[in-house]
Amino acid sequence: MTEIIKKPFNVREIREEFPALRQEIYGKNLIYFDNGATSQKPQIVLNAINKFYSKENANIHRGVHFMSQKATTEFEEARKKIQHFINARKAEEIIFTKGTTDGINLVASSYGELLTAGDEILITAMEHHSNIVPWQMLCQRKGLILRVAPINFKGELIEEEFDKLLSKKTKLLAITHISNTLGTINPVKELTQKAHAVGAKVLLDGAQSIQHMKIDVKDLDCDFYVFSSHKLFGPTGIGVLYGKEDLLDRMPPYQGGGDMISRVTFEHTSYNELPFKFEAGTPHIAGGICLGTSVGFLNSIDLDGAQKHEGELTKYAEHLLDTFEGLHIIGEAKNKTSVISFTVDGIHPFDIGTLLDKHGIAVRTGHHCTQPLMDFYKIPGTTRASFAFYNTKEEIDLFVEALEKSINMLK
Amino acid sequence: MAILLTIQEKQDEIVSEFEVFDDWMEKYEYLIDLGKDLPLIQEELKTEERLIEGCQSRVWLNADFNDGKMQFSADSEAIITKGIIGLLIRVLNDEHPETILKTDLKFISDIGLQEHLSPTRANGLNGMIKKMKMEALKYIQH
Repeated sequence: MTEIIKKPFNVREIREEFPALRQEIYGKNLIYFDNGATSQKPQIVLNAINKFYSKENANIHRGVHFMSQKATTEFEEARKKIQHFINARKAEEIIFTKGTTDGINLVASSYGELLTAGDEILITAMEHHSNIVPWQMLCQRKGLILRVAPINFKGELIEEEFDKLLSKKTKLLAITHISNTLGTINPVKELTQKAHAVGAKVLLDGAQSIQHMKIDVKDLDCDFYVFSSHKLFGPTGIGVLYGKEDLLDRMPPYQGGGDMISRVTFEHTSYNELPFKFEAGTPHIAGGICLGTSVGFLNSIDLDGAQKHEGELTKYAEHLLDTFEGLHIIGEAKNKTSVISFTVDGIHPFDIGTLLDKHGIAVRTGHHCTQPLMDFYKIPGTTRASFAFYNTKEEIDLFVEALEKSINMLK
Repeated sequence: MAILLTIQEKQDEIVSEFEVFDDWMEKYEYLIDLGKDLPLIQEELKTEERLIEGCQSRVWLNADFNDGKMQFSADSEAIITKGIIGLLIRVLNDEHPETILKTDLKFISDIGLQEHLSPTRANGLNGMIKKMKMEALKYIQH
């Protein structure tokens, strides 16, 4: 394959692509540091949404008419773009879902049917509620055992403890690739090898990794990889479950309905092939197509340069925050991404978030849907600044200045 | 002797206090100071039954009924929320339950703090006002 020469990453140029960044909040230029929650959308994605609903809207996979055929082609082309983006073997391995949470629930419901009482599922102490609760529900339903691999105070998995918890009984390792609260990048390739060595399957929660690094599911060798479009600069309400074909083939359907069947009588229904077996009902057609647009956009930019820029932003912010008295960064893993969670002695994160908002700065405060992790650190929550490649050092300067003012007000 | 203000007069008084602030920062500084000054609810009263769970910060509310009037004390983990609670208590304390139930707490939006009462704000304030009214309802004379 020929490498397309891309223009070196330039943050000023990238920002031009994102109209939402050009607005004022309470009379101040918006500083959007809540990218861990969701990302803003480039103009090309907004145009694609408009174009679909203006000219191309039709249901897919069943119409003989022109518009339906065109929408079907575009939807399936998007699937292929996503396949190549994460280097899956086949387009059939790309299942459209509502998002990361939906993908995990699909695996818990469907792969869960292949498990029997006494089997174990291994997660870690840094999981999002979405990668805890579906497994708890499955364990209750099927009499399985949920094991939790502990972390150290830096926010890194304790590998010796992880090794001890992994056994022949482990049927699934469900682990976040990157922690949404701590920014920790887990060594998932190595952990996948260990899990496979005892015969366990591996699900990677890619909600926070898909937008920050090149994902190669073949190289990672994970059995499932799930992510949401809206964190990847695409529309909300659509996401992807990647699964290895042989495994997906063995799994029973998740939901019943249109599109997932091949033949229905009142006595018996036979199911459609992959990926449609797992896509009951009319999917989020515009979402799928426009996620494809977003992937195309990412393919057109210098992602290595973008990642480097994100790394520089994180280092720069951490360096400035280090000088704050009483400020503690939560999550200091050796290998981490552009997420900075922190607490300030004697000040509740909610107050910091409220005052930063008045400066036009969007951060996330609270437990970030990781309550067990908050219990581990014995804190009610954190303030979290999470950067995307369109953020700048100047924004970090303004953030640090506003933070200093806010802390002085609250002290 | 202190002059007893009606519930409406108390609201008007707060609105005029806030009128002197030129910008949001002065307003929030005032709220934060109020939060710092608010007498804390007694520790032993911070029980599960008195807890109003917000997604982000927790609020505790205690209600008493003496001589036909309601008395509230409350606390929050977040100081800005606590400042707003201070204002609410100032308005609603020493009022008859009937008055509390009838009153529209308009002053909150008049001073530009309505965003704090949004159910999505998750700071427990909305739940607290509901609970203050529920407590008042318990003591309505039939």
